[in-house]
Amino acid sequence: MIIFQTFVVLVMIVAAVAAARFGDLLNAVIACALVSLMASIIFYFLQAPDVAMAEASIGAGLTTAIFIFAINRTVRYERNEKTD
Amino acid sequence: MRRLISLSLLLIVALGISLCFSGAYFGAEGANRAGKLAQDRVNFGQRYNSRGLEENGAGNIVASVVVNYRGFDTLGEVTVLFIAAVGLAVVLSTRREKPARVRAEPASLVVFTGCRFLFPLILLLGSYIFIHGHLTPGGGFQGGAVVASGFLLVYLGCRGKGLRSAGFTVTESLSGLAFVVLALVGLAVGGSLLLNFLPKGSALTLFSGGVIPIIYVAIGLKVGSELGSIIANLSGEAP
Repeated sequence: MIIFQTFVVLVMIVAAVAAARFGDLLNAVIACALVSLMASIIFYFLQAPDVAMAEASIGAGLTTAIFIFAINRTVRYERNEKTD
Repeated sequence: MRRLISLSLLLIVALGISLCFSGAYFGAEGANRAGKLAQDRVNFGQRYNSRGLEENGAGNIVASVVVNYRGFDTLGEVTVLFIAAVGLAVVLSTRREKPARVRAEPASLVVFTGCRFLFPLILLLGSYIFIHGHLTPGGGFQGGAVVASGFLLVYLGCRGKGLRSAGFTVTESLSGLAFVVLALVGLAVGGSLLLNFLPKGSALTLFSGGVIPIIYVAIGLKVGSELGSIIANLSGEAP
């Protein structure tokens, strides 16, 4: 069990770093959804099924869809910010 | 320049947080206060666990905490979601004059039929989650999110068959009003907001918990219609 939880936490950290690094915002949104999914698994194992359901349905489901709609209405690729 | 500003801001925030922590944990008085706070929290948790069932009649202690003991916070959360939905509608309505994009082609027959088959089942699951919120894990927010994901499926799969956005607005307003009216009736009857004034019923059955299931149904409808109207606004199907 501890191995599985470590794996879930590692996936979460990797996905979070990837979400911050991706230049393609669609990939970043998918990575965010992965973070939420892993968080909901951890909430379930911490005996908080209410929070796990909220995290899975809102964090991994609806937020992803809303972000994708927002990308569809704006731009998909991150511009290189000039540091002045 | 920008990097310098953000670094200095980060430094100030880190300094403030560390000062707060050192004040709370290393000062003798602060340590005493922190210990007392933790003691209070333990007492609250034990009280909810031991008396929650007899005071509210709801089998799921989380439900009685969310709706009754901390119901005022839930009212605030629902209000925040409402303000977010209204703000999104306002922002999107200001840029309507842009030329319409190329219309996406309709989904294939398989997708269309699958959506029409799945949509009532998803609505049923969402209603089950918020109607049984006082017995099983889940509640208004979770059930409402599931209902809204059903509307998302309709908007994705059945293009052009979008539901009227006016229905969302009416449902959302009525259920929000029901929540506030129930809270105020509690205030009028027993002198505290969100008092559980209805008969509790026998524990662990569907008709138990007094006002908790009613408020959860109201929250579920409100969250579902709010998130549904956000999806309707964003996907551009709304009139």
